[in-house]
Amino acid sequence: MNNLQTTQTPDHAAAHGPALRLAGVDHTHAGGQLALRGIDLAVAPGERVAIIGPSGAGKTTLLRLLATALKPASGEVELLGQRPWSLTAGARQRLRTRIGLIHQAPPLPPRQRVITAVLAGRLGQWSLAKSLLSLIYPLDRQGAADALGRLDLADKLYMRCDQLSGGQLQRVGIARMLYQGADLILADEPVSAMDPVLASHTLGLLNREAQRRNATLLASLHAVELALEHFPRIVGVRDGRILFDKPAAAVGQDELTALYANEQLGRPPASAPAPRVQLNIPRC
Amino acid sequence: MLNPAPVPRDPAATSRLLLTLLAVALLWPGLRLSELDLNVLVDGSNADTMGSFVSAFWPPEHGSEFLALLWQATLETLAIATAGMTLALAIAIPCALLATRALSLSALSRGGRPAWWTHALRWPVRGLLIVLRSIPEIVWALLFVRAVGLGPTAGVLAIAITYAGMLGKVYAEIFESVDPLPARALLGGGASRLQAFLYGVLPQATGEMLSYSVYRWECAIRASVVMGFVGAGGLGQQMDLSMRMFAGGEVASMLLTFLALVLLADLLSRLLRWRFA
Amino acid sequence: MRVLSRLLIPLGLLGAVVAAFAFLQLDSAALLSRDGLTQMAAYASGFMTPDLSASHLRAIAHGTLETLAMSAIGTLLAAILGLLLALPAAGRFGLVAQAASRLLLNALRAIPELVWAALMVLAAGLGPNAGTLALALHTAGVLGRLFAEALENTPPPPADALRLAGSGRITAFCYGTLPTLWPQLVAYTLYRWENNIRMASVLGFVGAGGLGQMLYMSLSLFQEAQASTVILAMLAMVLAVDSLSAWARQRWVRG
Repeated sequence: MNNLQTTQTPDHAAAHGPALRLAGVDHTHAGGQLALRGIDLAVAPGERVAIIGPSGAGKTTLLRLLATALKPASGEVELLGQRPWSLTAGARQRLRTRIGLIHQAPPLPPRQRVITAVLAGRLGQWSLAKSLLSLIYPLDRQGAADALGRLDLADKLYMRCDQLSGGQLQRVGIARMLYQGADLILADEPVSAMDPVLASHTLGLLNREAQRRNATLLASLHAVELALEHFPRIVGVRDGRILFDKPAAAVGQDELTALYANEQLGRPPASAPAPRVQLNIPRC
Repeated sequence: MLNPAPVPRDPAATSRLLLTLLAVALLWPGLRLSELDLNVLVDGSNADTMGSFVSAFWPPEHGSEFLALLWQATLETLAIATAGMTLALAIAIPCALLATRALSLSALSRGGRPAWWTHALRWPVRGLLIVLRSIPEIVWALLFVRAVGLGPTAGVLAIAITYAGMLGKVYAEIFESVDPLPARALLGGGASRLQAFLYGVLPQATGEMLSYSVYRWECAIRASVVMGFVGAGGLGQQMDLSMRMFAGGEVASMLLTFLALVLLADLLSRLLRWRFA
Repeated sequence: MRVLSRLLIPLGLLGAVVAAFAFLQLDSAALLSRDGLTQMAAYASGFMTPDLSASHLRAIAHGTLETLAMSAIGTLLAAILGLLLALPAAGRFGLVAQAASRLLLNALRAIPELVWAALMVLAAGLGPNAGTLALALHTAGVLGRLFAEALENTPPPPADALRLAGSGRITAFCYGTLPTLWPQLVAYTLYRWENNIRMASVLGFVGAGGLGQMLYMSLSLFQEAQASTVILAMLAMVLAVDSLSAWARQRWVRG
């Protein structure tokens, strides 16, 4: 199970229990605001789940908990058969190499080249020397090109990240995760900056890749139609609680209405301001 | 995967390689020329000498006789900086008036652009200012030490000359940066250039000039300490003497005094600039 | 209060100026007397005929190269040392390390290059090595502080994301933080190098190599003609560096 290249079949994995399990998880934001309350969730290996719900419902917090970016205030978290918060720091880093998080606005350094940004997906698996060498001269060009090619970005291999549009950056983030080869794929609004056709295409690709490698996929989505179209299982989240958790075919219109009741449309734009080079040091 | 097309090579690789080679080619002789050798620091006899010197830093020398000397040297440093700045101002202001385009008569009828020949007349003054400030103050100090002997006079003259160059340039720029209309109106109304300057330019420029001068005064204090090392008086000269005698405790006291002096000057300068701004 | 301060500050400044001249007892009478002035003129006239012989020019070229080498190697060492100190100073290794490294950076920065050079001449002997080390130590303090500030202002999400994908601390820094930080590091280092070229040319006054040492020697031997050439070389170097950096700034920073 600790192998990086796990080639488990669903039956094999079932013997080891679910790919992820949350039991009674509460989380409070730094401001004291309760973000998640009593979350119970279990996902089997190879399962593909969409998380939907209004803005501020706790979707991102839930995914960050699963990505071990946040430690829950209480409750149990079990990922790929391990409890990350009872592991040593080194073992937790090894576990993290098998978890891939796709960010809504991929945090890529603006001046980094796309190839380097993609290759960075495997830093946890590479030795320090290989990582540093690859920074100077990209070592696995073929691997990066393959990952980007699947997202139709092969021609952007040597471009800088700040030359790409928001949707292209999101696809670079997905390519990095594909290159990482994670067993547990977490995606936070992975297609929010793409037009509907491309968004649907990309989600289809993400699902096919997950199925091909038998990886578990959890994606939070703002667009309900996309979730219903691509994912077999839907989890509705509202006010930090799970409102429903059922197969896509069984999700009814009244449940969706309840989920999105009174939602304010229009979300704040997510953007990371880049620091500016400034030189105003007085000279004596 | 689908189509294993050949991946293009990294287009930046060649330029990166060339840049690296260039840097190495330039730095390698640099390394030889600078005779860099970190081993001398940990080398036996050197390290021993240095060790005993540095270990004498604590406690800093605080005998009453030495403290009196230190006090005198500190006052001398402050006096050098202040007197040097005063002389620098006396040179800088006339030079700035000569160098600035803000008081050009020929510019009046030419939409603010002076005639080429008045431009040419300003160049000697500007060139002089450039030469004055481009030669480091400590070089001036060394020259004056040879000319007028060891002591604070050389330091005062060195600061006066270098800082005149810096102040003159900056003042001229400040004069040019203020609103030119009042001065032009006065010149057009028949006022003399000096009158136009006093009533049209100076009122707008005072704050910035004062604040820059105070900042320069702060720099002059540091400079006067450093210039002492070539014999231009003040704290630096005493520090140089103590170092030559390997008197670690004295050096430590003087370094502490220097740090305190710089800190106080910084505070005072900030206070004054805040007042003027 | 306002009237008081408007009156007090000019009076205080005037008092300080008077006190300064009184304290120094500048012998302006002797300095400005006919005798003093002719002496000065005679001394200055020695500089009017710079020594332009080939052998001296070769020596000056060597001195100039030595000065440039000292400044370049010193700045490079300083950038490395500064980055090593900036990491703890930006709070990457806890509060104790932060306080200690900040104290060290401030101490390095507070002592002027020339004082460092005098100390290094004692420690490492005469010659450019002492000058290089002196520049490296002072500049490490300056750059370390600037680097630490730049590091604190670099957004952490890219490196955090890499840590979440299991990468080590060093690689996360190199892939997540460095690409954003790098241009600032380069800009600060180049800016400081420009400053250090100026400085390296005078460190020789305390025996730390370069053009300064040549000038000091010529003046000690009363060779005004040779000294004059060295000063001209210094002037040319400073002007060249100034115009080059002004051009580069216009070209890359504003453009």
